[in-house]
Amino acid sequence: MTLLSFLPAGFLDSGPVQRALVTGAVAAVISAIAGVLTLIRGQSFAGHALTDVSAAGGAAAVLFGAGPLAGFLAGALVGGFGMETVELRRRSERDLVAGIMLGLGLGVSALILGRIVSSGSNGGAPVTILFGSLFILPPGVILPVSICGAVAVVLAALFTRPLLLAALDPDLLTVQGGSPRLMRLVHLTMLALAVAVSSLTVGAILSTAFLIGPAATATRLSARPGRTMALAAILGLIAGWGGILMSYKSYDWTDGHAWPVSFCIVALIVAAHLLLPPVFGRLLKPRQKG
Amino acid sequence: MDQDALRVDGLFLSRSGRTVLSGVSFALAPGSFCGLIGVNGSGKTTLIRALLGLLPADAGGIEGAARGHRALGYVPQKIDADPYMPLRARDVVALGFDGHRYGLPLPSRRRRDRVAAMLAAVGADAFADRRLGDLSGGQQQRIFIAHALVREPQLLLLDEPLANLDMPSIAGIVSVLKRIARESGVTVLISSHDVNPLVGALDRVIYLAGGGAVSGRPDEVLRSGVLSRLYGHHIDVLRVHGRLVIVPAGETHPIAPDEPHVERLE
Repeated sequence: MTLLSFLPAGFLDSGPVQRALVTGAVAAVISAIAGVLTLIRGQSFAGHALTDVSAAGGAAAVLFGAGPLAGFLAGALVGGFGMETVELRRRSERDLVAGIMLGLGLGVSALILGRIVSSGSNGGAPVTILFGSLFILPPGVILPVSICGAVAVVLAALFTRPLLLAALDPDLLTVQGGSPRLMRLVHLTMLALAVAVSSLTVGAILSTAFLIGPAATATRLSARPGRTMALAAILGLIAGWGGILMSYKSYDWTDGHAWPVSFCIVALIVAAHLLLPPVFGRLLKPRQKG
Repeated sequence: MDQDALRVDGLFLSRSGRTVLSGVSFALAPGSFCGLIGVNGSGKTTLIRALLGLLPADAGGIEGAARGHRALGYVPQKIDADPYMPLRARDVVALGFDGHRYGLPLPSRRRRDRVAAMLAAVGADAFADRRLGDLSGGQQQRIFIAHALVREPQLLLLDEPLANLDMPSIAGIVSVLKRIARESGVTVLISSHDVNPLVGALDRVIYLAGGGAVSGRPDEVLRSGVLSRLYGHHIDVLRVHGRLVIVPAGETHPIAPDEPHVERLE
C-alpha cells in the first residue's frame, strides 16, 4: 500500500467514498464517449439542454420518493426524444429547439424543487439535484450505475463506425446503406445515460462540464477518434477521482468547510483544459509525411 | 445485363411541394465522364439526391446497372469540419470503406491497404494524417472523393465539387476524376453551375433548365439552338478566349438560333 500512502487514512475503506469512486468512474467513461460524439456532431448545446430536462426528472423522482438516478435518466430520455420528434429543416433550428427545451427543463425544475423545499421534507434537494450528491449516495446505487455504464459501452462498441459516419454527414451513412435515424437514437440514449450518471456525481447542471470538458481537451490532444475517446475517459477519470480526493482532503484545509465535490471535479476539468493542450498539443501533433 | 450504368426515364421530382424536374430522361454509359450542368436552383442537387435514393421520385424511373448501396459513391456539396474534429483524412476514407458496419473497428490489413491505395490515387498522401478540418477545400474534396471510391462503386456522384475552389485545385480535381473514370471504369456524374472547368474533359453533358434536360456530347448540347429550345427563350452560346459563355437574351426575346447578338464595346 505504499503506492497509495498519500491517500488519507481510511479513504478507500469508507463506503460513501467507494460508491463515489465507482459512480465517478462510470460517469467519466460514458461522458467521454458520448461527449466526443456530441462534439463531432456539433451538439454541445443540445447536450446541455438535455441536462436541464434531466434535472427536472431528478427533482420529480425525489418529490415522489424515488431514487434520483431513475429520474435523471427518464428526464434525459424524455428531453432527448422530445427534441428528436421536432423535425428540423436546418441545423440552425436545433439551437432554437434546445434553447426552448433548456428553459422548460429549468422552469419545471424550479417548480418541483420549490414544492419539495416548501413542504419542508428535504431542504437539501435543490443542491443535491442541481450540484450533485456524490458523498451521500445510497448503497444500492452501484448496480444501476454499473448497468448504465455497461449499456453505454456496449452501444459504443457496436455502433462506433456508423455513429462517426453519421456525425460527419448523415447522407453519407444513408448512401452506404446505414440508418442515420437509428444512429441519432443510439446517440441520444448514450447521451441520456451519460447525463444521468454524471448528474449523480456533479449534479444535473454541471453534468455538461463532464460531458464536454474532457472530450474537448482530448480533441486538442489527439486527432484519432478512438484515441480521443480513450483519452477523454482517462482525463474524466483523473478529474473525477482527483476531485473526490480533493473534496475529502479539503475538510482539513478549510477548517471543516469542505469544498463540494462538484466544484473540485469541475475545477480539475477546467485546469486540464487550460494546461494540457498548450503543453502536450505540440508534442502529440501527428507526424506529417513528405 | 444492363448496357447503361444509369438510365433515367421521364423523371418527375419535387422539393418542399414545388416541382423541380418534370419529365427528365437521359442515360449514362459505363465509364463515361458526365457533367450535370445548370444554374443554381435548376435541380442539380435534387436530381443527384434522387439518383442516390435519398429522395423519392414523383413519377418516372431510374434504372441501370449502377443501382443500390454497393454501386453508388457520393461526394456531398459541403461538409462543415470543425478544425478540432478528431478525424484524420485517413479516418474519413476508412469510414467510406466500412463506416456502415457494426462492431468494433478491429485492425484490418485489407482496409489499411485499400485506404492507402485510394489516398494515393487522389494525390492525398502528403496530408493523409492531418485532421480533416485542417485541410483546404480542394484537399477536403480529394479526401471525400477517396471516401466515395474506396468501396469501388460503379457510379460516382459529385454535387458541385468545384464550387469555392481556386483554379489550380479545380484543374487538379478534374484531372483526378478523369483519370479514375478512364482507369477504373467508374461512371462519374459531376454537377457544376459552370461548364467551363469541365468542358474539355466531359464525354457527356446533361444540361438542366426550366425543369427539363437535354443530354449528349458537349458539342451537341452546348449550342444556341439546343439550349434556346430547352430554356424556351433565346440563348447565345459564345466562345470567348476559349471559354464558353452562355447568355440568356431575356424571357421575352423570341428564339432566334441563327445569329448571336454580339456588339464589341470599345
